Amino acid sequence: MLYRESGDFKTSYKADNQTFPIAFDRYRYWVVLAVAYLVIPFVITDYWASAILVPFLIYSIAAIGLNILAGYCGQVSLGTGGFMAVGAYACYKLMTAFPEVNILIHIVLSGGVTALVGAAFGLPSLRIKGFYLAVATLAAQFFLVWLFNKVPWFFNYSASGQISAPEREFLGVAVTGPNTSAWASYLVCLVFVTACAIIARNLTRGSLGRQWMSIRDMDIAAEIIGVNPLRAKLSAFAISSFFIGISGALFFAVYLGAIEVGEAFGINKSLLVLFMVIIGGLGSIFGSFAGAAFLVCLPVILKLIGVDLLGWPTDLVAHLQLVLIGFLIMFFLIKEPHGLAQLWNVIKEKLRLWPFPH
Amino acid sequence: MKMKSLIALALSSAFIATPAAADLVIPDLSYRTGPYAAGGTPFSDGYQDYFKLLNKRDGGIGGEQIRIIECETGFNTEKGVECYESTKGEGALVYQPLSTGMTYQLIPKATADGIPLFTMGYGRTSAENGAVFRNVFNFPVNYWDGASIAVKYLKDQHGGSLEGKKITLLYHNSGYGKEPIPTLEALAAKHGFKFKAIAVDHPGQEQKSQWLQIRRERPDNVLMWGWGVMNQVAIQEAANINYPMENFMGVWWSGAEIDVLPAGGASNGYKALNFSPIKDYPVLEEIKAMGDLTGDGSNVGSVIYNRGMLAAMLTSEAIAKAQEIHGVSEISAPQLRDGLEALSVTEARLVELGMGGISPEFSVSCQNHGGAGQAIVQQWDADAKVWKALTDYISSDQDVIAPLVKSDSEAYAAENKIEAGC
Repeated sequence: MLYRESGDFKTSYKADNQTFPIAFDRYRYWVVLAVAYLVIPFVITDYWASAILVPFLIYSIAAIGLNILAGYCGQVSLGTGGFMAVGAYACYKLMTAFPEVNILIHIVLSGGVTALVGAAFGLPSLRIKGFYLAVATLAAQFFLVWLFNKVPWFFNYSASGQISAPEREFLGVAVTGPNTSAWASYLVCLVFVTACAIIARNLTRGSLGRQWMSIRDMDIAAEIIGVNPLRAKLSAFAISSFFIGISGALFFAVYLGAIEVGEAFGINKSLLVLFMVIIGGLGSIFGSFAGAAFLVCLPVILKLIGVDLLGWPTDLVAHLQLVLIGFLIMFFLIKEPHGLAQLWNVIKEKLRLWPFPH
Repeated sequence: MKMKSLIALALSSAFIATPAAADLVIPDLSYRTGPYAAGGTPFSDGYQDYFKLLNKRDGGIGGEQIRIIECETGFNTEKGVECYESTKGEGALVYQPLSTGMTYQLIPKATADGIPLFTMGYGRTSAENGAVFRNVFNFPVNYWDGASIAVKYLKDQHGGSLEGKKITLLYHNSGYGKEPIPTLEALAAKHGFKFKAIAVDHPGQEQKSQWLQIRRERPDNVLMWGWGVMNQVAIQEAANINYPMENFMGVWWSGAEIDVLPAGGASNGYKALNFSPIKDYPVLEEIKAMGDLTGDGSNVGSVIYNRGMLAAMLTSEAIAKAQEIHGVSEISAPQLRDGLEALSVTEARLVELGMGGISPEFSVSCQNHGGAGQAIVQQWDADAKVWKALTDYISSDQDVIAPLVKSDSEAYAAENKIEAGC
């Protein structure tokens, strides 16, 4: 009933290959975009923005980035936190060195800087794979955090080693700094998320994405049919890091405003983004959103129910959250290894036939 | 489709978080979980218990009940932001995040929202310049005072000169731990000692290489800026390499019972600074008699508990002051800011409150949000399991600190285009 596909004929290859071939999906996509752009900015409050929506959007970009690397190209990375830190520090250095340049340009440039760093740390992937590569990227994680703690140039020689985002405007509206209104920070993140998701979607279904997937599925076979592993792997590292760098820059400049590298971009951050990708679904753009929404919203919902509604002690709820997230990760790995995205696909297939299954 | 469920969620949260009316709302951003819970729990217990006592004994402050909203941060800035945003709308009067990282985060936000930030003995040191940091208060003492007091004490211990001595700082590799480094460098230049800083990464459970370095270099004194589990590990490691405990001294966040007890007898003689000395305060008896204690009640009278109680007491005094200045009992956050700025603590008042000697005497002014800048040195007696005060309140060396505060706060003002007030 929901998916009325009768009469929905495709008459060109272009129509057949579009992102949402089913009309209902397509309409829903436009509705979601319309709500996100035209409704939410007018009703958003500080709490919605800071506690749920802005972190959700930023983590979505990071999850898309990691999904390109781990989900599409099959290169497991534990360096996400470190690459986010590169994005944040690049953004900070650019913001303070060139205050007259537009902040949005700085955020994109931070992604570019991170892409270079990511490609450099991707070099070992040409020789090692699997667990060994994970360990190599773990080294990147620790090295980068150590570097930003150690070299005072990165934090402009401030006494505390913290970086804080000065106020920057876009079209006369503050988008970083304490006077940013909720809708401004939300819209900035939303624009980046939309752009990143569209780019990622089109990359992954183009020739580059197919190269990545062939490397993921069997690298020797891919090489035999003419895929250049050097180009495929390094491009995956660079593009993935580009997205992660943008998310790090937004995380620092728009979301938190002040960052301590060890605390904000530690190994926990790498694992969190990895969990998002695993829970959401490896090799799926929708999965990146689902995973990010799940792990951002779950603690907030638990807190609302446990503390505000039931009046439980705060420490009990915090511990419960650890238990629950651990349990859910195990549950998903056993019951649905392909994550929320696969769960959604199964439901969708059922809905397409409903109410007349074969 | 995800967005829709998000909106539903946000809507439901908006319904749940309906503000209650007419109370003095004090959020308590506590951390009772994670590697820093050892310090976060007693502080939060003390902070809440004192407000509970006021509610029960005096019917609140000026006839207004105090409502505490506890929010677990786990010492994590992201959760801290969530806590700040979720409590701000309830009419929060003052924030006490007990985390230097979170303080740095909240300084611009709270200033933009007009809510005072009371970071007692932590946070951004240069915030003591009230002309620039109008909404931030860090009295009675701050990290740079702490560094100076420690060096002053060590100078006395070494017979009046530190020439050629080696002093090593073991610090938590974060904004908190890095705060004293510029001061100690300036003091090293002034007093002629050799200064070295050794970082310990979060959370601080692994310190073998740092202590190996200390063992090799044999510094005359080791200072520590640690918190949470890092303190316990450091004291144990010091005992393992037979470093003389009496030459090892922590800042006030590294000098609680919980830090020294795990090492047992080996921690005997460890020293720490403190600005809220351990004494038999009469108010503790009142709290114990009150019943219904926050947490399990086992922390009453411990170092960090007393400090949480002191923070609550100073806040309540400031609320009373604000009520007096503005002539209303139901004050707002900007009015409390005025109260904090007019606060004056005298020994007579402390005795009246049943906690004589818990804080040095000081008064806050528009220019000076930093207070007394005094602390004592205390030493752990492992047999009796008590902290013994070795000195009276020692004042910091303002000749060194004042220029540092001035330059750092002016740099902040320039960076953020703040016009100095007062």
